[in-house]
Amino acid sequence: MWRFISGRLLQAIPVILAVITVTFFLVRVAPGGPFDSEKAVIPEVKAALEKQYRLDLPLVQQYTAYLGDLAQGDFGPSFKYPGRSVNELIGAGLPVTAELGLYALLFAMLVGSLSGIIASLRPNTMQDYVPMTLAMIGICMPTFLLGPLLVLLFGIELEWLPVSGWGDIPGDKLLPSITLGSGLAAYIARLSRAGMLEVLSQDYIRTARAKGLPEWQVVGKHALRGALLPVITFLGPAFAGLLSGSFVVETIFQIPGLGRFYVQAAFNRDYTMILGTTVFLSTLIVFFNLVSDVLAAWLNPRLRTQYASKS
Amino acid sequence: MNLRTSLVLIALTGLIGCSAGESNVERGNREGILYFGNGTEPQSADPHVLSGSPEVNLAVALFEPILGRNPYTLAIEPGVAERWEFNEDRTAVTFYLNPEARWSNGDPLTAEDFRWSWQRALNPAMGNTMANSLFVIRGAEDYHYGRNPDPDALGLHVIDQHTLRVELSYPNPFALIRLTYIYTAPVHRATIEAHGKSTDRYSAWTKPGNFVGNGPFTIDDWKMQRFVIVRKNPYYWDRDNVALNGIVFRPIESSNTEEKMFRSGQLHATTTIANTKIPIYRQQPEPALTEGPFMGSYYYMFNTRRPPLDSLPVRRALALAVDRETLANTVLAGTAIPSANYVPVGMPDYTHPAVLGFNPEEARRLLAGAGYPNGEGFPDITLIYNTLENHRSVAVAIQQMWKTHLNLDIEIANQEWMVYLDTLENRDYDIARMGWTGDIYPGVFLDRLVTTGTSNRLGFANAEYDDIILNQIRATGDAEVQMALYAEAERVLLDEMPLLPIYTYTNKFLAQPSMEGMPSNLSSMINWKYIKLDPDAPAWKWTSLDP
Repeated sequence: MWRFISGRLLQAIPVILAVITVTFFLVRVAPGGPFDSEKAVIPEVKAALEKQYRLDLPLVQQYTAYLGDLAQGDFGPSFKYPGRSVNELIGAGLPVTAELGLYALLFAMLVGSLSGIIASLRPNTMQDYVPMTLAMIGICMPTFLLGPLLVLLFGIELEWLPVSGWGDIPGDKLLPSITLGSGLAAYIARLSRAGMLEVLSQDYIRTARAKGLPEWQVVGKHALRGALLPVITFLGPAFAGLLSGSFVVETIFQIPGLGRFYVQAAFNRDYTMILGTTVFLSTLIVFFNLVSDVLAAWLNPRLRTQYASKS
Repeated sequence: MNLRTSLVLIALTGLIGCSAGESNVERGNREGILYFGNGTEPQSADPHVLSGSPEVNLAVALFEPILGRNPYTLAIEPGVAERWEFNEDRTAVTFYLNPEARWSNGDPLTAEDFRWSWQRALNPAMGNTMANSLFVIRGAEDYHYGRNPDPDALGLHVIDQHTLRVELSYPNPFALIRLTYIYTAPVHRATIEAHGKSTDRYSAWTKPGNFVGNGPFTIDDWKMQRFVIVRKNPYYWDRDNVALNGIVFRPIESSNTEEKMFRSGQLHATTTIANTKIPIYRQQPEPALTEGPFMGSYYYMFNTRRPPLDSLPVRRALALAVDRETLANTVLAGTAIPSANYVPVGMPDYTHPAVLGFNPEEARRLLAGAGYPNGEGFPDITLIYNTLENHRSVAVAIQQMWKTHLNLDIEIANQEWMVYLDTLENRDYDIARMGWTGDIYPGVFLDRLVTTGTSNRLGFANAEYDDIILNQIRATGDAEVQMALYAEAERVLLDEMPLLPIYTYTNKFLAQPSMEGMPSNLSSMINWKYIKLDPDAPAWKWTSLDP
């Protein structure tokens, strides 16, 4: 098992290095620079600015210097917000994005697995078709459409919920969490339905029923555990996806999270911030993938013995 | 069923949420705290680093320049200096600082603080993009451009602890306006040096806890993308005239969100309001909308180095075919003042030169004379603008006017802001949108268009124009003569027509009736000292109007 984990960790290094390199050079190819404004900056001032941020060095030297700083965990100063470091900006945005991701995940788990289970109990009836059609719509509908629709309905028409913000007014966390979680809820619904259908046809379920157990016990106690396995292994990458994919929701609802910083950094050509967030998020994704692989290996006895015999 | 349960849950939580407690506005009125929608997250609070309105709005609460300004009349009034006097030939000003002036940590504020701060602001290593506000000081331009590296060569003389003599670069009656700008505010040397080099942009000195300023307020808390809270500075010399106890600056990028927050009593005032909302706010029985002209000019730039725009008759024909009145009244919903002048309409004490108005017949005649009768054979050209709905609407309308009146098919295209700036920098365009905002002084608009002007992206070069701006205006200390010379410079500019003026900007923002002291003014400036809240007033209520 340890060999498996350390092997995966070693594999992650070139992946992250490639991400850094590609991003580093790509942001510099984009037209415009971090110090451009409608008021033209005189060459003397531009040179002074570039010197303060090491942009006067040759590109390769900038790259190696950046890698050096990165090795010490320093993402460098933000170009757009003088006086603030990228570490500080990520530190400010991450807790908000993580909280949003967590609520979205909880919503997705609750709504997704419940509708999946309900659908699996009477396959190919209305009880199956309705939640699965909703799930299909949920998968297909992008957040930039669902968000404004929910705002229009609950925020403006019914005036039940705040239209934006995060932690300012009670209830303002609901719409963003639902918007972000609904796509995932749909996936989970389909996964749990498939898992349930497979498990429900197993012999041990027939045994449970033959014992005369009530249906809720058969489903809740015996079937559910097996059925949710594929869902659990899906959660790691899904959470990483929520963290890195929340920028649309954060922009719609004006949430001060990492995603919004990321989008603004791109518009501002804030090189260090773009790089910092990209590196940070890709590391996170690699990490969550690793965790879910380990989890899958650990939950699946066949894989577990395979690794055990190798080590 | 589960879906229904969750919907009911959502609804219940929402209802509880919405009815909980009093609004920000009501609480703010009672406690003397103003909730202000401030556009984007301020980049910095360092007056020698920042530029842009959200930063300025915050900084004017935290710092005070040597001179202040009245938001109603725009007259210059005491700032840190309690009085000042010009010498006889108006080449120098002596400032007498208020002996009561202090920093927010209680340290006395002295003439030396100004000398040091202005040297810092002009230091080329600082990378200060707004340093030109201080170019009224003799030697400032040379020092900033690195032509003379000695900061002591600046025309700044500390006479005693509270007296500062400033030599001017030329006898400029408008010099004092520049010294009211926040970019010229003093900064606290010991605090800055405690957190790094004096010219470091990447410094922690403006963070809550470290910050020391000299304005009516000081930083209390700053959560990125959430708020900046400032509270009254107990050491401020004019504290008895500061009515507010604090201000909460909220960064809200979307003007629609800002408007919704205003409507629900979360904000006392907004920075702006979307054009589409203005007609409905104009009809509200209790007015919340403030409108008024301000010194900003919206125009199109012609690339005079590319055919067919290198031809003056072509440029004039395009200008004559634009019906600005219709544009302002329909597309812009009366939120702009149509103007064929480059210097904004309403510039005090300034007489605009006569300009070409809307004259489609003359336009067709000029176009035919240039070799394109009825638009035939006119090369393909493109009008570009940075991505924004308002710019698109204007571009579409003008494209249509050129088609109707001149039979020209001109393409329009948008570009993301940074790409757009890059395109302008490389002069890789035919016609491009631009705007310029300033103050009640035509020099802000005209000085920059001299051949060597750094912000002259037009490629406009005219010896007569340069002579007026660089020699004739600087040779006179008489304000009236200067105004007449500026009008002459504008005439020269518009005769050459390297740009097509379209309209003068207006201020438009929402403000609670419970607040006073934030009028619309020509310089679009706020002086927080003037703002008062009525402690008993309720929040403004939206009235639904039948269509």
